[in-house]
Amino acid sequence: MAKADITQAEGDLFLENITKQFGDFRAVNDLSLQVPQGSFFALLGPSGCGKTTTLRMVAGLEDPTAGRIRIGDADITYAKPYNRPVNTVFQNYALFPHMDIFENVAFGLKRRGIKDAKQQVDEALDLIQLSQVAKRKPLQLSGGQQQRVALARAIVNRPSVLLLDEPLGALDLKLRRQMQLELKRIQTEVGLTFIHVTHDQEEAMTMADTVAVMNEGIIEQMGPPTELYESPRTAFVANFLGQSNLFPAKVAETSGDDVILEDSDGRFVMPKARVSDRVVTDPGTEVLVGVRPEKISIARLEDAAPPPADGNFVDGRVTSASFLGVSTQYEVTTHGGDTINVFAQNLDVHNLVPQGEDVRLSWLPIHGFVLSGHDDINAGVEKNV
Amino acid sequence: MSIAAAIGDTLQEEHQPNEPKRKGKWVPYLLMLPGMLWLAIFFVVPIVSLFLTSLQTPVPGGQVGEFQQTFNFANYWDTLSDSTYYIPLFRSFVYSGIATLLALAIGYPLAYAIAFKSGKFRNLLLVLVIAPFFVSFILRTIAWRQILADEGPVVAVLRSVGLVGETAGVYPSAVAVIAGITYNFLPFMTLPIYASLERVDPRLIEASGDLYAKPFTGFRKVTWPLSMPGVVAGTLLTFIPAAGDYVNAALLGRPSNTMIGNRIEYTFLSVNDYPTAAVLSFILMACILTMVLVYIRRVGTEDLV
Amino acid sequence: MSQATAAPKAPLTHRLRTWVGDNALRIYAVIAFVYLLLPVAYTFAFSFNDAGRTNIVWNSFTWDNWLNPCGAPEVCPSVVNSLVVGLIVTVVSTILGTLIAFSLVRYRFRGRSTTNLLIFLPMATPEVVLGSSLLALFLNLFVPLGFTTVVLAHIMFCISFVVVTVKARLASLDPRLEQAAMDLYASEREAFRRITLPLVAPGIAAAGLLAFSLSFDDFIITNFNSGQFTTFPKFVYVSATRGIPPQANVIASAMFFIALAIVLISQFAGRRRKEV
Repeated sequence: MAKADITQAEGDLFLENITKQFGDFRAVNDLSLQVPQGSFFALLGPSGCGKTTTLRMVAGLEDPTAGRIRIGDADITYAKPYNRPVNTVFQNYALFPHMDIFENVAFGLKRRGIKDAKQQVDEALDLIQLSQVAKRKPLQLSGGQQQRVALARAIVNRPSVLLLDEPLGALDLKLRRQMQLELKRIQTEVGLTFIHVTHDQEEAMTMADTVAVMNEGIIEQMGPPTELYESPRTAFVANFLGQSNLFPAKVAETSGDDVILEDSDGRFVMPKARVSDRVVTDPGTEVLVGVRPEKISIARLEDAAPPPADGNFVDGRVTSASFLGVSTQYEVTTHGGDTINVFAQNLDVHNLVPQGEDVRLSWLPIHGFVLSGHDDINAGVEKNV
Repeated sequence: MSIAAAIGDTLQEEHQPNEPKRKGKWVPYLLMLPGMLWLAIFFVVPIVSLFLTSLQTPVPGGQVGEFQQTFNFANYWDTLSDSTYYIPLFRSFVYSGIATLLALAIGYPLAYAIAFKSGKFRNLLLVLVIAPFFVSFILRTIAWRQILADEGPVVAVLRSVGLVGETAGVYPSAVAVIAGITYNFLPFMTLPIYASLERVDPRLIEASGDLYAKPFTGFRKVTWPLSMPGVVAGTLLTFIPAAGDYVNAALLGRPSNTMIGNRIEYTFLSVNDYPTAAVLSFILMACILTMVLVYIRRVGTEDLV
Repeated sequence: MSQATAAPKAPLTHRLRTWVGDNALRIYAVIAFVYLLLPVAYTFAFSFNDAGRTNIVWNSFTWDNWLNPCGAPEVCPSVVNSLVVGLIVTVVSTILGTLIAFSLVRYRFRGRSTTNLLIFLPMATPEVVLGSSLLALFLNLFVPLGFTTVVLAHIMFCISFVVVTVKARLASLDPRLEQAAMDLYASEREAFRRITLPLVAPGIAAAGLLAFSLSFDDFIITNFNSGQFTTFPKFVYVSATRGIPPQANVIASAMFFIALAIVLISQFAGRRRKEV
């Protein structure tokens, strides 16, 4: 491989078998991934999963214990932070308090000895729509404005890779929504590779083309947001991204393209395509059956139509019903003893099912998914804030 | 409020996550070498020298101030059993102990008022607390001598109330010495207490009231424990210099009010009995270090939890 | 909601109690400040006393002392001595202490807690002990007492205070600022020069001022180690028995107002910097 000039390196970002060890604690464990140039990539996971450590290794603020990091053909594993074409938007922005906004944004350009810094800084401030505050000090700006300055300060350098470390964490909900859209717009406009670290699954799904879900130092699953949501590969992903009903079952038999599963509530049909690649479909294998709460329809048992031949259903009793406006959230205890959550759209408020009613829950086989029975059924649940 | 607050911080060993790591293990040693060398030569070595001096004996037939190095530990016993020394030592701790308590009683409400009742004047008031330091320590003490003198305002008031007889006065006396010590070290008490009160969220006090604590109970159970680091730092910063001080006793007291500092100074500089003076210094330091350790340990384990 | 025709006032006793509760501390604070500043006022007032040699009893008002501050023998030479000592001590102890503070905050190394202890001990040792132990050393080594020994001693006890002051400032500095600078193409040295140093500078300045005021006002340690050399506090103490010339009050009052002005201006400037 030709020794490329690291400071000018361009191309996809590669992490190859990266491990980071802090004493006895392995923060990142043999992690490999490729981020295509120009994409918006999100590293999603609970705190302590190793996502920030991964980011800091890309930024050059930590050295990996093992493995390599490349941008295109250039190996940047041990390059100093100031020698790599990577810039970071820090979690609390880390704006220099003694410099004004203009000086903050111009800082990187000046260090690289770029002459016409002023024009580029002005353009960057235009991009974030903050030209009018160029002469102010960071502490005089609101949180959202500081966030945008931090972004401009990084983007103005046109790095090959831009890292965002929980960039919206300090903002309130409304501002966060607004900034999500703005970040996406800016990324599309400048076309840089963005790597976004967050614990907020909604934020990751809103903005990123590709999401990697990280847990305990490894990537559990990686793909477009819809794929992760619709076809989670592990119980952690199923629980961490949105909500899932998971209940244990056993493979009874396979028939054609379907797998028949069995638990205390009866039998369920699942297309083989909906079974995680980690599960062997031999009869007797223990699995977890999953279905998202909004994909289940609920009906009073007396009103329920006879079960369709190709559908799944389970009977139970409503133990709680919470009216949320857009939808109603039911908690149903099945006859077999499982608890299932259901989100029902409030098309007709007169049709709400009161607590204590016997109900039938049904869903289409392609709306379910099957995970390995070895997964912890509660993985990723409580951390899903 | 740099000094006092910062000392409070050193007392509780600081904890700092997220520190940048650097290569080159010798760099920190190189950085602190000159300063630490200075402290070694002009603090550690002198203490050792002081200890050695405390074991010296007079050269037989020599002049005043001529001593030879021996290891005469009897110096310690001889000095400690001499009432011209152990009484001032005891008196030092009594005076400085009373002065520390008085400073706490005066300084705590003051710090509380600045922290919670001063509004936009807070910074100005803090400057006023340290403002006395801008006038020489000695001159302030002499000003007290004028204030407490028989012709001064304090005695006039006390006489008109009848608390002091027509011929009696306040200066010179033990009362004047203690008052002077209290005054001179009051800022050292006030500032650290202010520093820790400032960090107390006023909502905590409201919450205690909300949870049925009467104002005084709320203070005792919430504010006081939270301000404890400041109280500890303040009492140490007051007590330590007060116990070794001799200016107040010399300027505001009678010979019968001499403290250990006066004895050390006199023995060292006037009598030139270096071994005895060194013994006294060493005992004073040992007593104070012991008290400080016991105090930190007691307060640290019982009241800070 | 039902409405009363006229809102009933809180009972008088309640209002009185509330007022006292709200203002008792403020009244107390005023009294405490009078107490704190009374000796300062006395010193200032007696700088205008037409006192002759002994300035203890009020005689009559005069401007002479202010117009002729060096009128009394020894006053001005001792002030000059104190200023020279203070400046040298400030420069040296600020440099040495700042270096120690940096190594303590920025590095993990063996012997860190011993270092912390060695910094703390001089602050926890009474001045008589510091003074007498240095004197013991100088006597044992036959070092002549004077200007040099005073400077050496002052630097020693100022170092700890500088370390503690700079350390506090340094510890409150967000390490991410330096990381951000390095992320933005600044080398270690540039990050230090452009980010760390400007942000720590106020702490270093405060430490320097502290060192100067400690040195300028020190009496006890100086008294042990100065021999025939006289500083301003020593001059005042020694002349206390004979009577202090009012010129000493002039010098002290002037110092007071200069220091007050420096502190107030720096506070005011600090606030302006935040606002603009």
